[in-house]
Amino acid sequence: MDLTSREFWALVHGIFLGGAFLVAFTGGLAGFYSLRPELLTEAGVGERMRRLQLGTAGMAVLMWLTVVVGTWVVYPWYREDVPESPRSTLLADASTEDWHKFGMEWKEHVAWIAPMLATAAAFIVFYYRADLIKNQTARRIAMALFVGAFAIAVVAGVLGALITKKAPVT
Amino acid sequence: MEASERESGDMATRPTGPVAAALIAAGVGSLVLAILVVWAEASESFKESIAYSDDVGPLAGKTIWAVVAYFVTWLVLGLVLRRREVPLKTAGLITAALLALAFVGTFSPFFEMFAPSE
Repeated sequence: MDLTSREFWALVHGIFLGGAFLVAFTGGLAGFYSLRPELLTEAGVGERMRRLQLGTAGMAVLMWLTVVVGTWVVYPWYREDVPESPRSTLLADASTEDWHKFGMEWKEHVAWIAPMLATAAAFIVFYYRADLIKNQTARRIAMALFVGAFAIAVVAGVLGALITKKAPVT
Repeated sequence: MEASERESGDMATRPTGPVAAALIAAGVGSLVLAILVVWAEASESFKESIAYSDDVGPLAGKTIWAVVAYFVTWLVLGLVLRRREVPLKTAGLITAALLALAFVGTFSPFFEMFAPSE
């Protein structure tokens, strides 16, 4: 039941940060969706804003941490120039090389868009605070950014999980 | 309340300029990333020049400069637009266009077309 240091950091990148980010997304999305004058009392807006601020700020911070840990801690082990590295293993076999050429090459780049979108969404929430309910265009744009960041993270996460299944970082 | 405000559910609160700045900066940062990805694929010398870390390779330079572009754009636009009213729908459309280009540029089957033929 031991984990190597590399397995531990791969777990931090994919499961701990990814799992916390799912929780933050759920809270944030529920907050955005229901932030409409016809659904909330004045007291309800205050309560909802705290959850929304926590969800959006939490997701932005988690996304930055995920891409930084993924790129600067886990990725160097993935791409090590040795025959046993996951990248070398995938490229050595024609039946698995697309996991690197398509999957990893897409994931390692597109994932960096997600924290920028999540940060913009969080900024809108903190900028307007309770007044966000009075600006439905800003609310809808922030929600679109938030969902977009989540969708990108899902693509990167699913590809990461599948690549790890084929050639884990050990 | 104005008729347009009633329809959109928007009421004047704070200037929209800082929000437009945050939106467009996210689009610019993403597009800079895509441009660097395509450029690094097309030019081996450029790819080597942005490999600031032997361990991370060219991904280091691509992501560092994209993040720098994001925060610098946000800072500059934020200062320029801080007291201005910018239509949020327009800012949203500009951002969507920048992001669409960024998604195409970071999609591996697209940027791999620029790799020099072997």
